[in-house]
Amino acid sequence: MTGCDMAELVFFASIRESLDCERMAYEIEDGMPLSELIAALAAEKGDAWRNELTAENVRVAVNQELVTGNPRLHAGDEIAFFPPVTGG
Amino acid sequence: MGYRVVVQEPPFSQQDEYERLRQSALNVGAVVTFCGTVRDINDDDSVTALRLEHYPGMTEKEIQKIIAEAAERWDVIDATVIHRVGDLHPGDEIVFTGVASEHRGDAFEACAFIMDFLKTRATFWKKESTTDGDRWLTTRQNDVEAAESWLNNTGQKKP
Repeated sequence: MTGCDMAELVFFASIRESLDCERMAYEIEDGMPLSELIAALAAEKGDAWRNELTAENVRVAVNQELVTGNPRLHAGDEIAFFPPVTGG
Repeated sequence: MGYRVVVQEPPFSQQDEYERLRQSALNVGAVVTFCGTVRDINDDDSVTALRLEHYPGMTEKEIQKIIAEAAERWDVIDATVIHRVGDLHPGDEIVFTGVASEHRGDAFEACAFIMDFLKTRATFWKKESTTDGDRWLTTRQNDVEAAESWLNNTGQKKP
């Protein structure tokens, strides 16, 4: 690990409402896997966050690109959590 | 840059958008447009209002990508997507998609392709107010199937 810095977390739609959080700056370790970020948030914020962020259908975008799996995160990343889309 | 992709709260003018596409080039021989509107009934409940939100930046980029993918499959001279967000009501226009091509086959298919992927990939979320309360909509399986059906069909630029 090369130290800590901030990432920007953003939440949309039902997830934003459940967590009552639209956007927050959050300290991450550079290179931290997404799963560790979610575990850290769940440990710090509680079950509501754990349930929302580990739900089967949650989508994650890093720097506005949809990601799958467990990508590594970096300082300055914008990490978005949202439910399946329903536009059109 | 790229195609005309706009996410906005106010209404749009289908006539203006159509004219823009019709006049985009002199080899345009077909303009296909689609307009989606807000229904007053969904899953058997009366819908009184709809609130739409999006992910500014990501939404527009994803729609540009969808149009670019359509343009790889078919002849697309120009294309436009306008999507409204904010508070909408039954009867309101919510989305406009238009494609200008040399020939109608390409314009029809590209327009349908763009709409099918807009439904499953563009980061918009709808919350309905119904007579039974408010609810976030969930993805419809038939929308997913409509988009997936294109993946098994590589499409072809018409001669």
